[in-house]
Amino acid sequence: MKAPNHLYYSESHEWIKVEGGVGIVGISDYAQDSLGEVVYLDLPEEGQPVTKGLQFGAIESVKAASDLNAPVTGVISEVNPDIDRTPELINEDPYANWIIKIEIEDESELESLMNAESYLAFCENAA
Amino acid sequence: MKNYDTLIFDLSVKGRRGYTLPKSSYKDVVLPKKLLRPAKPELPEVGELGVLRHFTNMSFKNYGIETNMYPLGSCTMKYNPKVHQELAALPAFSSVHPYQKDKDTQGLLKMVHGLQGFLSSIAGMAEFTLNSFAGAHGELVGLMVMKKYHEDQGNTQKTNVLVPDAAHGTNPASAILAGFNVVEIASNLDGTVDMDDFYSKLDDHTAGIMLTNPNTIGVFERNILEISKAIHDVGGLLYYDGANLNPLLGMARPGDMGFDIMHINLHKTFSTPHGGGGPGAGPVGVAKHLAKYLPAPRIKKEGDHYAIDWTLAGKLGQISPFYGNFGVYVKAYAFILTYGKDHLSEISKMAVLNANYVKESLKDVYELPSKALCKHEFVFNGLKDKSTHVTTLDVAKRLLDFGFHPPTIYFPLLYKESLMIEPVETESKQTIDVFIGVLRTIAEEALTMPDFVKAAPHTTIVRRLDEALAARRPILTYDQFKALDSLA
Repeated sequence: MKAPNHLYYSESHEWIKVEGGVGIVGISDYAQDSLGEVVYLDLPEEGQPVTKGLQFGAIESVKAASDLNAPVTGVISEVNPDIDRTPELINEDPYANWIIKIEIEDESELESLMNAESYLAFCENAA
Repeated sequence: MKNYDTLIFDLSVKGRRGYTLPKSSYKDVVLPKKLLRPAKPELPEVGELGVLRHFTNMSFKNYGIETNMYPLGSCTMKYNPKVHQELAALPAFSSVHPYQKDKDTQGLLKMVHGLQGFLSSIAGMAEFTLNSFAGAHGELVGLMVMKKYHEDQGNTQKTNVLVPDAAHGTNPASAILAGFNVVEIASNLDGTVDMDDFYSKLDDHTAGIMLTNPNTIGVFERNILEISKAIHDVGGLLYYDGANLNPLLGMARPGDMGFDIMHINLHKTFSTPHGGGGPGAGPVGVAKHLAKYLPAPRIKKEGDHYAIDWTLAGKLGQISPFYGNFGVYVKAYAFILTYGKDHLSEISKMAVLNANYVKESLKDVYELPSKALCKHEFVFNGLKDKSTHVTTLDVAKRLLDFGFHPPTIYFPLLYKESLMIEPVETESKQTIDVFIGVLRTIAEEALTMPDFVKAAPHTTIVRRLDEALAARRPILTYDQFKALDSLA
């Protein structure tokens, strides 16, 4: 299972990467593997505010439907148009295929998220 | 003809007809152009015998309780005695009109009133309404009662309903539709409420909690009295989802556990058609202090006279045009009378015995996370030996080769490889033994020829389907099908 070093991870299995005040958000390899083949994403609109820990969308696989939770508070600046049409991209590479971008309100919120090492340990415990 | 797979469109021959229409007597009537379709619909042109054979052959592919066992967990799929269908079809029941006067339908009203009484005494609730059309409808009505109660009490701060993460999906949906926020509470490995998490989320905003008991894992909620006290201490209400009532009949009553509101799925527990076989019924029961909120109409008994009371004052209003699905009540009423008060508990005892028998007979080859005595159902976490990578999906697909409908899989989400089995009380030991034997054979095959199991089913008309592709690019019409064909 992969968890790249330069990302932050949430307990609900989203990752976030920060580039110039903008957070790029997707789901982890562990999440896509547990879900199985992704068939549908319920995605938000651009401009929608999101709150850390609260739902911004949903993801469905052949096995289950799960909430997508925002790892930080802010406003959605972009939604990945590719995954709407081809949700299987999430299974192919969950780190290359991001879901939304967030204009982060307060970057200090990132400190409460996990780094790759503690996230992998967290998944180990969950298994 | 079990392998019949012809589409009716493939039988179509241009110009063939199975009917003739009389000449129109409305020749002069010209419909406005905007109401006419631009091209004729592409309907299959097949003669009567062709249509008859087509649908008869299709019907051989049906799988139902009348062909073999249906071991779905989470949905009680028992046999419904045919005599109850016949009773419901009697002209005195089937020809009655809802606008008939009360004085002409006294016997029917007496029966409906009697069924309400039966359900109240079986469940330990003060009153029942038969207005709702299905379990989910009943849940919504129950939650609307909860909402109205809190509004009347001035409890504007009570906005949250607690729902365990292992609950049936309808629970959070009903709470949201009734205008509440859903707060999820964690479950233990055996599906019981995680009491620490429960207390951490219980506060003045809690309007109520929704529980099934026994829970989705088939385990009785041992802390139910403590949960009941705690929820009532903050002024909240306890909601019972009757989906799992089957193992409690004549043994224990939700009302005695402190539940304030509940629904019963008549189609699960009381012998009425299930799912697409509907119509359904989801009667709602309440404790005494909530009876005034039940929706209109209500059946009233004054002396020996029964009447339909349409008064709306104080009530939720109306949630069905008349009084629910009457034919369903006849079947449930007959079912309860057939067993009688002293023998209803036989249903529960047999359902629990059968479930534990299957569980104990297979736990050496399938992983059993909860070792507790189960009630009517239980959940395996896939095969015990996971080294072969044969999954629950593979086991379910292989079951098709042996002629069994697979149990519920990948629900609840508590385990990664959930295989949820409910054998119900109406299956004989012989049938159950065959089912156990097949699951043991599959476990054996998983070790000796895992690739064969992973490629199952082998004997069905279609082999392993690409479920992800079907969900991503569904082909729902013949036109879409043809377009796909021309691409290939």
